Amino acid sequence: MRLYWKYFAMHLKSAMQFKASFFMMLVGQFLVSFSVFLGIHFMYLRFPTVKGYSYQDSLLCFAVILLSFSIAEIFVRGFDAFAGMLANGEFDRILVRPRNEILQVLCSKIAFTRIGRVVQAIAMFLYVVATSEISWGVKQILTVIFMVIGGSGLFAAMFILYAALCFFTTESLEFMNIFTDGAREYGKYPIDIYGKKVLWICTFLVPYTLVQYYPFLYLTGRRNEWWLMFLPFLALLFLVPAFAFWKYGVRHFKSTGS
Amino acid sequence: MIEVEHVSKTYKVARRDAGFVNALRALWHRRVEEIRALDDISFTISDGEMVGYIGPNGAGKSSTIKVLSGVLTPDAGKCVVNGKVPWKERVEYVRHIGVVFGQRSGLWWDVPIIDSFELLKEIYKIPDTTYKDSLDELVTLLDLGKIVKTPARQLSLGQRMRCEIAAALLHRPELLFLDEPTIGLDAVSKLAVRDFVRRINVEHKTTVILTTHDMQDIEALTKRILLIGHGKILRDCSFEELKAEAEGVSGGSIDEIVAALYAKYHI
Repeated sequence: MRLYWKYFAMHLKSAMQFKASFFMMLVGQFLVSFSVFLGIHFMYLRFPTVKGYSYQDSLLCFAVILLSFSIAEIFVRGFDAFAGMLANGEFDRILVRPRNEILQVLCSKIAFTRIGRVVQAIAMFLYVVATSEISWGVKQILTVIFMVIGGSGLFAAMFILYAALCFFTTESLEFMNIFTDGAREYGKYPIDIYGKKVLWICTFLVPYTLVQYYPFLYLTGRRNEWWLMFLPFLALLFLVPAFAFWKYGVRHFKSTGS
Repeated sequence: MIEVEHVSKTYKVARRDAGFVNALRALWHRRVEEIRALDDISFTISDGEMVGYIGPNGAGKSSTIKVLSGVLTPDAGKCVVNGKVPWKERVEYVRHIGVVFGQRSGLWWDVPIIDSFELLKEIYKIPDTTYKDSLDELVTLLDLGKIVKTPARQLSLGQRMRCEIAAALLHRPELLFLDEPTIGLDAVSKLAVRDFVRRINVEHKTTVILTTHDMQDIEALTKRILLIGHGKILRDCSFEELKAEAEGVSGGSIDEIVAALYAKYHI
């Protein structure tokens, strides 16, 4: 943990070396996801509801997914950019350092500029809190926090899985973006609007519904089972196979040196 | 003490002919060829020795360094360095080695060098007093006084290489791997690096394994040379012996001698 903070400070120092560029990136990141927000906004200007969901409902879903994704990106970006580390030999260097390789990859990149997106996600949250009909109590607040924790963990697991695949292909696999960037884009509506099949895939294959759709139903009072709010923790289990696959990848790398 | 016995390593390389049709065909039929990067390699290096490891590009130099530094697991053979198997006890083992990859930087690009050093102190858990002694010594010997306060991106190649070497030695490793440490350096920097490597070898009894294409490095630094080609150790002898062996072939510069040797061994 001490080492992590050392790295954290280093990344902050590096980022601050180019202040203008840093702040431009920050604003840029904000604008990128702001355009998605505008998409939702104009959609609901034409249609008051989409499959029974209101403007606030969509914003809530989008805020949860965007916040989760940004948090995962800030801290787990090293895995997202792992193909490059393999290609330029950075990973060899990690292996000659006497620390755990997962920790070192985690430390290799901390994407502060993504804070631009965090700001937007929080702004949307505040808007939803102010205007929606949800009566906010302890249970509701906890549910949102759980959703973000589960979501960040799930996106982190996807990044790790993505990195582990690089051991076998040495190139980055763009199709994996469907589950990361794609999920971020589609996560702006409750997942069931995309139909039964997508709902099934996003529950049993990659458990996005556990951090978005089901807790969301509980949050908005559409369903009342108490356990729905704890489903995001089930999604965290996805980290287990992701890490196992990563470990397997490292062994493969050490025996092939690809 | 480094003991390497019958170490082998094969890579699978996918090959195909040029052209779009062949690229499509390769999707179904991948012709995989096995390349023997290391082929039954054996050698022993004692503590405090300084060994030059030479051979043409693709001979297996880097693969050997990777096996010895625990990055790569060989297919067969035994390798014990200071009582440890590098790829089995990686974390415990690499604490005692230092590696300089001449072609890639291990320093942080945008922050002053000293910050990179401080981070290494944390990574290697170097005690405060050791760190201070080590840093003082390296700064004096490598003349880094002003340089350490500059970000790496603003240093010349020679200055940066001196910092790279210092970075690899902060934790006082018993074993130092230098992979082409003088590549692209000017004469003054080259001499400074050589002089320094010789000093730490004498003063700290650090075992040094050096790969290079610069034969003057080899001549200036090492008594013993390992010549590798096509994954096999071809010669294990002193530089003088190697020179004498090639003397009949040509009497020119060191580079010509080595070229003649490579020709002789068909590598």
